[in-house]
Amino acid sequence: MGALFSGVHQDRRLQILLGLLFGIAFGFLLQKGGVTSYNVIIAQLLLTNFTVMKVMLSAVIVGMIGLALLKHFGYVQPHPAHGTLGSNVIGGLIFGLGFALLGYCPGTVAGAVGTGAVDALIGGVVGILLGIAIFVELYPKIRDRFLVKGPFPVVTVQEFLRINTWLSIIIMEAVMIGFLLLLEYLGF
Amino acid sequence: MVLILEFITQATWSPYVAGAGIGILVCLAFLLSNRPIGCSSGFVKAGGLIGKSVSPSHVERLEYYREIVPEVDWAFMLIPGIVIGAFISSVLSGQFQLIIVPATWSATFGNTPVLRISVAILGGALIGFGSRWAGGCTSGHGISGSIQLSLASMITAVCFFAGGIAMAMFLFYGIGGA
Repeated sequence: MGALFSGVHQDRRLQILLGLLFGIAFGFLLQKGGVTSYNVIIAQLLLTNFTVMKVMLSAVIVGMIGLALLKHFGYVQPHPAHGTLGSNVIGGLIFGLGFALLGYCPGTVAGAVGTGAVDALIGGVVGILLGIAIFVELYPKIRDRFLVKGPFPVVTVQEFLRINTWLSIIIMEAVMIGFLLLLEYLGF
Repeated sequence: MVLILEFITQATWSPYVAGAGIGILVCLAFLLSNRPIGCSSGFVKAGGLIGKSVSPSHVERLEYYREIVPEVDWAFMLIPGIVIGAFISSVLSGQFQLIIVPATWSATFGNTPVLRISVAILGGALIGFGSRWAGGCTSGHGISGSIQLSLASMITAVCFFAGGIAMAMFLFYGIGGA
């Protein structure tokens, strides 16, 4: 199947509108969750407040079940990408350094602009565009020397654990819910 | 009706409620748009469009922009959408406020806008650079990728926080604490 919304997927003008609407809903939820605030994000990175992890993990807890059901009934066909050590680990660490210096990520920086954070606009947005411009110029060299190096042997958690998809979802859900319960128990 | 009004004008929601909403939103994005919610690609498109307005021939020569075409599409529109959504929410919450130097920063590094903005530009540059190096950001890898049980995305998310925690501790307890 998957054909249910294929007409919608191919309607370019409708998709432009949907992108805007998804953005509005996402920005609304980010602000309501408190994670468009520099103070909240830095407190997470200093491990004194776990709001960011609570928002992210509850999104993954709900989304993982939801997407698995949509896939099971044939409504969606997600195709997670193959990763490499050279791309995901090095890139992730570079991103992390910037995450702490800026105090926002690409989604929350846009949200912070909407809440009136001037540092997010003239610092964050300008910096991100600058960093992308530098990357784009160096891309062929970075790709050949880093991005293709050390490919992960498998794509998904279930392939890694060599178990059934639903069982791996149950395990992941239990680990994430357990972590959130532990945070509450510890008083965070 | 009054209850709904009360709910949407609350200063903040439980992070679990906001997070669950984001999880549902990612599922809807796969259903209606056949794609994950990821924010850094919108900035890639914006950067390419700005570049094209300055020098179209230069942008056309760049290999990266042949793989990710700079155009106004779903990914691009997500970004102004987020600005609008957060604006609406912060106004409804009574939280909208023009701020140049956030409180946590000024408590340690003072109120000078130039210092805060300079460090923010440096941090932003590392984020833009790193997100393209890793092929996604907190939303694309951390949330949407993890929802798909992507091993690479989960590893990337762990690295985001590993690098972030290390740098935040160095900044606030190392440099700031000295």
